[in-house]
Amino acid sequence: MRVDETLSRYSDWTYAAAVGVYVLALLFSLVEQAFGRRVRPVAARELVGAGAPAETPAETTAETTTETPTGPPGDEQARTEADDQDRRSRAERFGRMSVSLIVLGAVLHFAALALRGLATGRVPWGNMYEFGATLSLAAVVTWLVLLRRFPIRRLSVWLLLPVVVLMFLGGVVLYTTAAPVQPALQSYWLAIHVLAVALGSGMVLVPGVVSVLYLIKVYRPQWATRLPDAQVLDQVAYRTTVFAFPIYTAGVIFGAIWAESAWGRFWGWDPKETVAFVAWVVYAAYLHSRATAGWRGGRAAAINIVGFAVMIFNLFFINLVVAGLHSYAGG
Amino acid sequence: MTALLRNTWRGLTSMRTALVLLFLLALAALPGALLPQRSLNSGKVDQFIADNGWWGELLDRLGFFAVYSSVWFSAVYLLLFVSLVGCLTPRTFEYAKSLRARPVLTPRNLTRLPHHAEGETARTPVDVITAAGNRLKGWRLEVREEDGGARSISAERGFLRETGNLVFHFAMLGLIVALAIGKMFNYEGQVVVLANGSEFCNSGTFAYDSFTPGLRVDGTDLDEFCVKVDDFTAHYLPSGQADYFRADIGYQAGADLTSGTWRPYPLEVNSPLRIEGDRVYLLGNGYAPVFSVTFPGGEKRTNTTQWRTVDGLTHLAQGATKFDPPGISDPAERRKKQLAITGLFAPTAVLHDGALTSAYPDLNDPAVAVDVLRGDLGNESGRGQSIYEVDQSMVDSGRLKSVARANLRPGQELKLDDGTVIRFDGVQSWVYLQVSHDPAQVWVLGFAIVLVLGLGTSLVVKRRRLWVRATPATGENADGRTVVVLGGLARTDQAGYGEEFQRFAAGLLAELAPDGGDEDPAKQDVAAGRET
Repeated sequence: MRVDETLSRYSDWTYAAAVGVYVLALLFSLVEQAFGRRVRPVAARELVGAGAPAETPAETTAETTTETPTGPPGDEQARTEADDQDRRSRAERFGRMSVSLIVLGAVLHFAALALRGLATGRVPWGNMYEFGATLSLAAVVTWLVLLRRFPIRRLSVWLLLPVVVLMFLGGVVLYTTAAPVQPALQSYWLAIHVLAVALGSGMVLVPGVVSVLYLIKVYRPQWATRLPDAQVLDQVAYRTTVFAFPIYTAGVIFGAIWAESAWGRFWGWDPKETVAFVAWVVYAAYLHSRATAGWRGGRAAAINIVGFAVMIFNLFFINLVVAGLHSYAGG
Repeated sequence: MTALLRNTWRGLTSMRTALVLLFLLALAALPGALLPQRSLNSGKVDQFIADNGWWGELLDRLGFFAVYSSVWFSAVYLLLFVSLVGCLTPRTFEYAKSLRARPVLTPRNLTRLPHHAEGETARTPVDVITAAGNRLKGWRLEVREEDGGARSISAERGFLRETGNLVFHFAMLGLIVALAIGKMFNYEGQVVVLANGSEFCNSGTFAYDSFTPGLRVDGTDLDEFCVKVDDFTAHYLPSGQADYFRADIGYQAGADLTSGTWRPYPLEVNSPLRIEGDRVYLLGNGYAPVFSVTFPGGEKRTNTTQWRTVDGLTHLAQGATKFDPPGISDPAERRKKQLAITGLFAPTAVLHDGALTSAYPDLNDPAVAVDVLRGDLGNESGRGQSIYEVDQSMVDSGRLKSVARANLRPGQELKLDDGTVIRFDGVQSWVYLQVSHDPAQVWVLGFAIVLVLGLGTSLVVKRRRLWVRATPATGENADGRTVVVLGGLARTDQAGYGEEFQRFAAGLLAELAPDGGDEDPAKQDVAAGRET
């Protein structure tokens, strides 16, 4: 299969455009984060009318997470409130624009992968650059889905930050010209195993980031007046992990099946396999910690962060520094 | 004493211990990724120990270079295994009991539940409960009559969550047992076979270059089959990256062994030959230069020995092709005349200041740079020696001397001082095959599939309860109306039940409303709190 140079070049441009749009979305979200209203330490409450749509738009829910101060506001207070209102709505407009930009970025991001796939005539996750791109798209799409269910729009900046860093590193340091893959990778398992692992890894980026925010919210509340309630952060982290974990597990098992036909054994403690196993065990510990008295909350969040750190370690350190059978994924 | 045992058992099977053990397992597995491992690359381990002195030796003694067979790693996973069994046993009994149990009694005050809804209807309590029951298809139901003509229905759903959870954990146990059985009865052997019609038979460990048996395998009684490598094809991209490998092999097993029938099979990287419960893999390839030596007496010997690939990208190879002089019966005399052709082989030759390197892995312009050694190869010294190199101590002691050096292309010859002529005839490919045997791996696969299914079920399914109580209204405007109260409770750490509950409540109350539009849904007092 010959590589289509033109399509490959279009793919690179689209990739760069996606990164640019994400950066813009990040800045817009930062505006909302910086100037949006503070969240008071009240529990988020879903006030839903009967027959309300199953998916509450984020804006509506965001409205209900804050409560106006109790007690009758004086004139002066009312005036500052009105000012506040004005400033807030402007900040919120930025927040809504950032969501639109993320959607646009995700569309470009997807197009970049699709063009890469068309250019090479194979699935677009055959080397580390492409893997990083797939992974970060999974993270962004997960975020967009979560935005519809949780009042977390202003947190976009914290998600986009690692995504942009990852894509920048991918585009600059790890970039690989479009090429066919070596014989060991020429298998339909490339499509299945790598996709499952990329989806799983991309999705757990979200709980990794959100758990950091959770810890800040719980242990340094004075820094976190603009973060949503800890309960919301905990729910976002848990529900995403619970969704990603089976996908990641399946990805590892697909890898074992592939290894059986490519390398002669289904499990050989290759460094990549080992660290994938370690990450799996850490996430299993996270799920167990939530059913253990005294481990819920802060400790569980810390375990989730460790899990994500192991994933990142597996992606960069193991691929680039430690030599192993998975090393062809780099460079 | 029994108290101690009981407490130990309780401690071991508690969730907290399981958590700590999970962490220990993760931590214990990690060195295997960071330090070189004997099972993967023993050369690297030796190098590491040599580089790090006492520190490396200490790590070696503590089993850090064979982490996954070390005492401490085994201890952690055995403890985890015991903890898992101890946790699962009581849960299984509880689960079996809960399967037969009836849904719980309807709580007295449903409006206190995290999810609740209320409404009024003109229908009778019996009608209300029937309507609710019709809407609760797939739920486990229990209808109860209460005081004052009231009726309630108690519904439960989501037993599959616990089912999935137990299935996941039992599948994990099964997987570990299958792995252990595999480790007992598996074997793995590697062998280099020349792709010129050479044969290899799985008849004993002697047939292999290296052989790793399982704990209960002694190398006898292997599955009998033979493989013949007829040809090898490789394609490379212009960049030198490999694109395609195929070994055309023939194989025979069972009755074919006696009849001598060879069945053809194209052996490729991702498609091993599965035969007699074994798998044959194509794991590597390389080149074997062919040399002919014409001795002064006119006798001619041809030898094809595989050379070791030293550069994976350009397939530059290094090796030693060894010859015994013919017609000399006196061992002492023979040991003065043995020959070794050592050096480099390049499939696409490039000369850098006279030094041979390779530019491309395919056979575009093959050449060798040889250093011919004569003397005692040390074959009878009792020391084992590599087929890829000569015994360096023989060179150091002066018993093996370099007698000629040359760069040769196929067909070119080199004449030694004693009249011996060495000819570089050409080159042949060799393939590196692995034979693997693991009778339990299909069980490992089966358990792994069940494990994922159980995991998915246990994380997606929600355990939840729902109650509906219909009470005849009392008071002035009762008018034969019925008060309907619904309550809901999610029993797992899982948000999202609120939406389902609201849908159900709205649907039921709308159905019970006398003429649809009369009862404005907004008037219904429906509220839901957060779930925990």
